[in-house]
Amino acid sequence: MFRRDVLHLGVALGAASMGAAGCAESPPPPAKLPPPPPAPQDTKAVVSSAKIVYFARFGVDEKMIKETLATALSRGGDYADVFFQHKVSRVMAVEDGEVNRAFASADLGAGVRVVRGDQTGYAFTEDLTVESLRNAASTAAAIADGPSRPGPESFRADPGPTGKFPDRYKLVRAWEEVRAEEKLPMLVSLNERTFKADARIKKVSLGVSDEYGAVLVADSDGRLVEDLQPMTSMWLSCVAEQNGRREQNGYNVAGRNGFDFYSEDRLSRVVREAVARTVVLFEAVQPPAGEMPVVMAAGSSGILLHEAIGHGMEADFNRKNVSIYSDKIGKAVAKPFVNIVDDGTIENSRGTINVDDEGNVAGKTHLVENGTLATYLHDTISAKHYKVAPTGSGRRESYKFAPMPRMRATYMLPGPHKKDEIIASVKSGIYCTNFSNGQVKIGAGDFTFYVKNGFLIENGKLTRPIKDVNIIGNGPKVLEKIDMVSDDLAIDEGGWTCGKDGQSVPVSQGIPTVRVSSLTVGGRKA
Amino acid sequence: MSALLDTAKQAVSLALKKGAKEAAATATKSRDVTIGWRDGKVEKVSEATTRGVSVQLYVEGRYTSVTTSDLRPDALEAFLGDAVAMAKTLAKDAHRSLPDPKLFEGRSKEDLALLDPAYGEYTAEARRKQAKELEDAARSAKGAASILSVTTEVSDSYSRSAKVMSNGFEGEQESTDYWLSADVSCKDLDGRRPEAGDYAGTRTWKSLPAASEIGARAAERALGTLGAKKIESAVLPVIVENRAAGKLLSALLRVLTGRSLQQKQSYLEGQLGKTIGSKHLTITDDPLLPRGFGSRLYDSDGIAAKKMAVFDKGVLKSYYIDVYYGRKLGSAPTTGSNSNVVFPAGKKGLAELMKDIKEGVLITSFLGGNSNTTTGDYSFGFQGFRVRKGAPAEAVAEMNVSGNQKDLWKKLSAVGSDPWAYSSVRTPSLVFDGVQIAGL
Repeated sequence: MFRRDVLHLGVALGAASMGAAGCAESPPPPAKLPPPPPAPQDTKAVVSSAKIVYFARFGVDEKMIKETLATALSRGGDYADVFFQHKVSRVMAVEDGEVNRAFASADLGAGVRVVRGDQTGYAFTEDLTVESLRNAASTAAAIADGPSRPGPESFRADPGPTGKFPDRYKLVRAWEEVRAEEKLPMLVSLNERTFKADARIKKVSLGVSDEYGAVLVADSDGRLVEDLQPMTSMWLSCVAEQNGRREQNGYNVAGRNGFDFYSEDRLSRVVREAVARTVVLFEAVQPPAGEMPVVMAAGSSGILLHEAIGHGMEADFNRKNVSIYSDKIGKAVAKPFVNIVDDGTIENSRGTINVDDEGNVAGKTHLVENGTLATYLHDTISAKHYKVAPTGSGRRESYKFAPMPRMRATYMLPGPHKKDEIIASVKSGIYCTNFSNGQVKIGAGDFTFYVKNGFLIENGKLTRPIKDVNIIGNGPKVLEKIDMVSDDLAIDEGGWTCGKDGQSVPVSQGIPTVRVSSLTVGGRKA
Repeated sequence: MSALLDTAKQAVSLALKKGAKEAAATATKSRDVTIGWRDGKVEKVSEATTRGVSVQLYVEGRYTSVTTSDLRPDALEAFLGDAVAMAKTLAKDAHRSLPDPKLFEGRSKEDLALLDPAYGEYTAEARRKQAKELEDAARSAKGAASILSVTTEVSDSYSRSAKVMSNGFEGEQESTDYWLSADVSCKDLDGRRPEAGDYAGTRTWKSLPAASEIGARAAERALGTLGAKKIESAVLPVIVENRAAGKLLSALLRVLTGRSLQQKQSYLEGQLGKTIGSKHLTITDDPLLPRGFGSRLYDSDGIAAKKMAVFDKGVLKSYYIDVYYGRKLGSAPTTGSNSNVVFPAGKKGLAELMKDIKEGVLITSFLGGNSNTTTGDYSFGFQGFRVRKGAPAEAVAEMNVSGNQKDLWKKLSAVGSDPWAYSSVRTPSLVFDGVQIAGL
């Protein structure tokens, strides 16, 4: 159902602990294939002018966009935009030793949004004709009820105060040039290497996905921008057996990257991590239950930030006064050495965007600065409400949805402590290293994350491995309880996907090693 | 012949023309309308029709599956040509071919009543009126002064699909659904703004429950969580409310699929005919239930839908096996995914179940967590109430419940008379003895 408190973070493809059923059998989301696009003349990631370059191949021109926006404003909306999207996704996967399945899909469509105050009308079409776009615009316009306003006369590229559009996902080769035959040997080799890595491995499934395409945003203020948005991910999941017991786990990597992302170094890590994370489970003991100190390892433990504060800082919830962080800007929420950002600018990262889905350049937003709550994540509607500049956080899953404030890459900056010092400080607690999913209730602030791998900390030392345990806490309380932050920030390379209000978007996360003085661990014995 | 069936047939013949030996195609079309309402006015209106076709191609013993919504003949032909070329790069898979047509036989002729004959009569005005009624009812609840915001949603969809296979299968299914929901945020101590709500869904708009009932219950559920706190870690009897119990069932159903068995990722592999749960664990998969949200005449392999015992008094009776993994496992296919999951009605409602346990915990919603299909380990966050002297007492939140499913289902000590009607997994409230919860 459409419950807005059901927000979750999950691994994109081949989620190890999610049962992996989704990755190998389901083709990528429903979609549409246009005529095969000609090879792009410009393989750079961004087209920073108001000219329509990419979408010209689908017959999209300025005249069509002007007419659409004029219809969108025909009942007097304050603002309107049209969002075109073309995305081709391809997956090749291995099961039972062979590269024996492939999936493909394509999305092509356009969504029209009309905004009046904080009210939104939305409609979309998969038929990129003047007539279909006019119908969609007319449906969306129904949210307003007043005299017609004129649309833009012309379009300009408007990168905002920075003066130029960034280019954060340059590829050596565009994905449309990479043939299926080229990916095959890599997949075959990964499968063999995984079986060779440990005799206990009995089943391996793995795959690689890639995406290419572009978005175009044009709005009633006359701004127009296109952005080419590549993405790739790889997952490897394995089942091991030992003395009649079975364990399963995996590893995945993702980024706005090309085929060269799969370096020998990265492929070795995929195999090594997937196997190590699986076989260590044979040694795992039941984690304890109740409140205790929790040390979060550097990297994917950024899931803590995503759930404990990230969602609560999305300005739509605050504008509606339903977030636990409503009315807290400028207040101290954490120790002075705690700094948390949401950053759309990390080159080639999964959560990175040049421009958001409203055409605003994505920046780096300080959620918490020296322990003080600093800035919400804004889309155009909330930025207007709060009379601040948009942060480039207006994102959407596809042309089928209106944008809303979303995270990009959420992480904590390095702090004054050392990892060893942090672990040594805990007499009895746990150390969490890998996660599969998390969720938060925005208003109450309660959040959870599910730990796939970790260790007990006994008398300041990592001792026995633990597995499969949910951890629950309350956002603001946990921020206060972050009492040690190390200097070893790592941004996770995993394929995280964030869901909100039925829309999924790719995100990244990271954190240095931190200590939370107390969290509730869902262990097995009281 | 409908336009949609025609689209599916064209896709199959194009796939064959492009070099597939066999092909299956499913064409779909759906129309969705949503009105979002918040604090006295419409917040969002969205409306659109979407369509698409997905095609499974079997090419020289190789398999690929593709999806598109560009149904122009030239574009579709080029797309399927690319799909055939992609398939040719793959390894052969001896288990891939269309299902045996014998599996298509015996398809029910019953009317499952999934389509609203009055679809189209539901006006924008009627939707708006219901959206407002949902809020008004919430705002008139006792204790409404603590309410910060009320968001409601009225939505409906029409969907139709047509499936064709080159070995003769043809089928069409058509349905509507309508949903009302209300979410209420309220102000608690310590700046917490807990939110809860209620919702309902039906196949015809005239059978929707009154918006005022949903709105009032949403407020009651949200206001009831005020002051929620975590409690001591303990082993206690636990009741999982009907609407929340689907999460446990999904974790159980996931380990019964052919893929999880064949990939050695199911802790129930090799357990057919064995006792998995207590005598209260009886579950039937019933695809022919009138108006059900999981009702269907055939599944994605085209297998004619029929009732199937999944658990009978704790004994595992069937797995969910599709055609492909059935061949890999050497087992006859049943059906690849659940339809309506139905429990026989218990004798007692939630209030009486609480009376029976006297002391324990009532879980009203889960928050995150996961369950390991391979080992059965589970750990979920939850909130709800402490049950004292047979009645709900203080609200609890920020808790976890953990254990192993192999034990959990053996501890099932009663099922309620209150199956949750707004999902294909129609769980009644479930009572478990002696479950580990973790808080303080």
